[in-house]
Amino acid sequence: MAAYDLIVIGAGIVGTACAERAAAEGLRVAVVEPGPVGGGATAAAMGHLVAMDDDPAELALSRYSLQLWQRYAGLADAEFSRCGTLWVARTAREYDGIAAKIARLAAAGVQARQIDAEELYRLEPALAPGLRGGMLVADEAVVYPPRVALHLLERARAGGADCRLGRRASALSARGVRLDDGSELTGPVLVATGCALPELLPQLPMRARKGHLVITERYPGRVRHQLLELGYADSAHGDADSSVAFNVQPRPTGQLLIGSSREFGVEGREVSWPMLQRMLERAFEYLPMLRELQALRVWTGFRPTTPDGRPYIGAVADRAHTWVAAGHEGLGVTTALGTAQLLIDQMLGRAPQVDMAPFSPARSLR
Amino acid sequence: MSAKLWLWVNQVAVDVPAGANVAAAVARAGAHFRRSCGGEPRAPLCGMGVCFECRVEIDGVAHRRACLVPAREGMRVRCDD
Ligand SMILES: Cc1cc2nc3c(=O)[nH]c(=O)nc-3n(C[C@H](O)[C@H](O)[C@H](O)COP(=O)(O)OP(=O)(O)OC[C@H]3O[C@@H](n4cnc5c(N)ncnc54)[C@H](O)[C@@H]3O)c2cc1C
Ligand code: FES
Repeated sequence: MAAYDLIVIGAGIVGTACAERAAAEGLRVAVVEPGPVGGGATAAAMGHLVAMDDDPAELALSRYSLQLWQRYAGLADAEFSRCGTLWVARTAREYDGIAAKIARLAAAGVQARQIDAEELYRLEPALAPGLRGGMLVADEAVVYPPRVALHLLERARAGGADCRLGRRASALSARGVRLDDGSELTGPVLVATGCALPELLPQLPMRARKGHLVITERYPGRVRHQLLELGYADSAHGDADSSVAFNVQPRPTGQLLIGSSREFGVEGREVSWPMLQRMLERAFEYLPMLRELQALRVWTGFRPTTPDGRPYIGAVADRAHTWVAAGHEGLGVTTALGTAQLLIDQMLGRAPQVDMAPFSPARSLR
Repeated sequence: MSAKLWLWVNQVAVDVPAGANVAAAVARAGAHFRRSCGGEPRAPLCGMGVCFECRVEIDGVAHRRACLVPAREGMRVRCDD
């Protein structure tokens, strides 16, 4: 029976980030993952590193994480590209709301600026005519999440982590966790299993929110910034059963990644053609030239979503030596590094640099 | 002898038997089809439109699968050389 200081269950971007930090602190770490590393929600994501201003707690966590991402800005494996985020305003109401957004972001330390229509078309000539302007967050970037997860796990392994790949955690035990081969690992446990959280911790509610993405062939230079509609947050944070929003990302390869859809209550992974059509029609409204391009692949993924949309990060109050880091919904790539640092700080009894009360799992225990 | 037709592969004229596909013409011209992001040359693999490894530009349209397009007289094919 092997004993550890921390057993991380799940090697998505969140679990691997936590394992990397724990190993860096000198803890004896184990990581358990049945599938490919970063093969869950992490592999399905767009990899946009973005600050959203509509929830102050989430904004603080994102801001903190975005600073930590600087570490990987030069890592070739991360495919880090500082393309900036360009939020596009279509209506006068969206345009008029920009000043308040900029103020909210500035209060959290994120620099953004308003741009008028003329500059919008100078920055992105392919945008449809008639748009009002937008907001540019020049510092934001995109990465390739599964490769980052693999890199984080390699760093953890180099720091001594024991990787149990191909093994599933079948149950939490009194002293640690039991694996599907009948073996038991003992020590404090961190459950970072994303959508699968309720299998091990049924007291913490979690829903899966399906998303579709499309990737095109390489068309370098057609789009230069990560583009989103300013109405995006309404789609992302609304609780409508299904919604779509304009969200297009230039990959460093020249390919374009087209998103995004959100659906609750859908379990199958298969592509929904009506949903895909809705999503693409939305994208075509903003970028008509997309119609001419060749798509290579369409896929779906599931965002781990808590009832209030905030991740669970911290100790599980009703179980000794059990921690959780899951439920990052559509922002888990952005917030993974901050989650890991803040969680390990809590474990080691250090004061985290972000107020963690809004993320306490206790708020949702049932 | 079967009929021949002529087309351009990266500005080089090549002849192929009528009925051949563009992949055959590119192979005959000895050109590289495309390159991956890392710069490695790629070539047809499946020959039936599934693997997307044979993509070239044909008459100004990017990313066409050479193995699926019949060669035509005077066609202009551009490969990623
Ligand atoms: C379409 C889409 C687009 C997105 N775009 C972005 C974006 O642009 N920016 C952004 O920041 N975020 C984005 N996200 C969100 C992001 O992908 C997720 O928040 C993040 O990947 C969650 O990471 P995770 O490690 O918690 O979960 P996962 O990546 O799902 O990892 C959980 C891991 O746990 C493992 N596991 C499950 N059960 C067990 C068990 N019993 N034992 C051991 N292991 C187990 C699974 O195999 C899996 O590997 C997007 C998500 C989707 C679906
Ligand atoms: S050779 Fe495979 S698609 Fe053409």
